[in-house]
Amino acid sequence: MYDFELLRPNTIEAATKALLDEDAQALGGGQTLIPTMKQRLAQADTLVSLTSIPALQGVCIGDDGAVCIGAATTHAQVAKMAGVYPALAALAGQIGDPAVRNRGTIGGSLANNDPSACYPAAALASDAAILTPERRIDAADFFQGMFATDLEEGEIIIEVQFPVPLRAGYVKFAQPASRFALVGVFVAQFLDGVRVAVTGASEDGVFRWSAAEAALSSEFSAKALYDLTLSSEDFISDLHGSADYRAHLVKVMTGRAVTHAVS
Amino acid sequence: MAEVAMTVNGAPVSAEVEGRTLLVEFLREGLGLTGTHVGCDTSQCGACVVQVNGMAVKSCTMFACEAEGAAVTTIEGMAGPDGTLGPIQAAFQEHHGLQCGFCTPGMVMSAASLLADVPKPSEAQVRTYLEGNLCRCTGYQNIVRAVMAASGQAVEERSQ
Ligand SMILES: Cc1cc2nc3c(=O)[nH]c(=O)nc-3n(C[C@H](O)[C@H](O)[C@H](O)COP(=O)(O)OP(=O)(O)OC[C@H]3O[C@@H](n4cnc5c(N)ncnc54)[C@H](O)[C@@H]3O)c2cc1C
Ligand code: FES
Ligand code: FES
Repeated sequence: MYDFELLRPNTIEAATKALLDEDAQALGGGQTLIPTMKQRLAQADTLVSLTSIPALQGVCIGDDGAVCIGAATTHAQVAKMAGVYPALAALAGQIGDPAVRNRGTIGGSLANNDPSACYPAAALASDAAILTPERRIDAADFFQGMFATDLEEGEIIIEVQFPVPLRAGYVKFAQPASRFALVGVFVAQFLDGVRVAVTGASEDGVFRWSAAEAALSSEFSAKALYDLTLSSEDFISDLHGSADYRAHLVKVMTGRAVTHAVS
Repeated sequence: MAEVAMTVNGAPVSAEVEGRTLLVEFLREGLGLTGTHVGCDTSQCGACVVQVNGMAVKSCTMFACEAEGAAVTTIEGMAGPDGTLGPIQAAFQEHHGLQCGFCTPGMVMSAASLLADVPKPSEAQVRTYLEGNLCRCTGYQNIVRAVMAASGQAVEERSQ
């Protein structure tokens, strides 16, 4: 790893200012960035750690009932809020392993937008809003394909707001070596319909499966999915699973996520 | 270079480190605490797990500077000052929870975090919690047995 200067500001303003430098990069929990820097696939003159900023920590409930999670809140902390949004807490509790969850942050996960990451599915299915110091980005606009997001250079996520569905479930088929999702599906039932978001499957990253949403909006049960087929076009094909296998898994995982949501 | 100060196994330490210095490098090379092992250096194996403020973390995936002001516990901190094994270490020895021993420091530190949270875990909880700790020798069976025994629960004797 090339050397850099590590800054640990404790206000959002100081972090934003330090990140104006084009050779500076944000550091969340480091669970993705540090391995990437070791491989010299990423490099920065300055790393600006966000984990010493109290304003980026913790979970609260907004006036509209949405769950607001500070960007530097760890997966382990989110996993503890089962009473507030059980499916989201369960998702956080299945990311990687305990040591990864003790460091990795929600902001880092969303900013990274790994095509096999878990949080993007929750954000898209919950119609979450991603907040930066300057603006509010709908999840629908935030994810822009594999490892790409709507964030500008140096722009940081400060908070994520999740509307809480009536019922929800997330089920992932874990890739056993990495523990990322080979396929993961988040199903969320709101008063005005069902949203289904799929991670791990598409070359374009997380996406909504609209046919399943329509079927589940009329009948919220795994049975409603029986007649659906999903095209594997543009799906990921690698040594862990072919595109067709992933397409099959999407349907199976969606059914299981519904079963979780109703149980 | 920056000055970093923390406590390691109860003793205050401070040193000049580079930004890129990993916590595990600081422990092993800076302090000579070579009990913490580096198995993969890619955040996968858990051999390097230590506790930072009581929480299990992979010390190969955290910068030393990020432990500023923290209380770090390594495998060396699990034994008594005279070298007497701590209860988890003793259970690993008693129940054959190690063969080559390379993964053991990380296993013991992860197990310590689990038992601090869940004093009497089920076998399934032990297996789930140790998901990020890889062992190439034992097949895990005796590691799980050792952690169950360390929690004060009865474990079946090994049948031959
Ligand atoms: C063994 C292992 C298993 C894993 N398993 C899973 C899994 O099952 N599911 C899963 O989803 N993930 C998994 N992960 C990834 C893990 O969730 C990471 O924590 C996460 O992807 C990145 O979060 P971080 O806080 O560690 O970010 P970092 O690694 O610090 O940063 C990642 C990227 O995001 C940027 N960044 C960080 N914070 C912000 C912010 N607030 N605003 C803007 N940009 C920011 C950084 O500049 C960097 O580009 C795993 C990781 C490991 C090592
Ligand atoms: S050496 Fe740190 S996880 Fe393998
Ligand atoms: S005892 Fe050899 S790796 Fe676990």
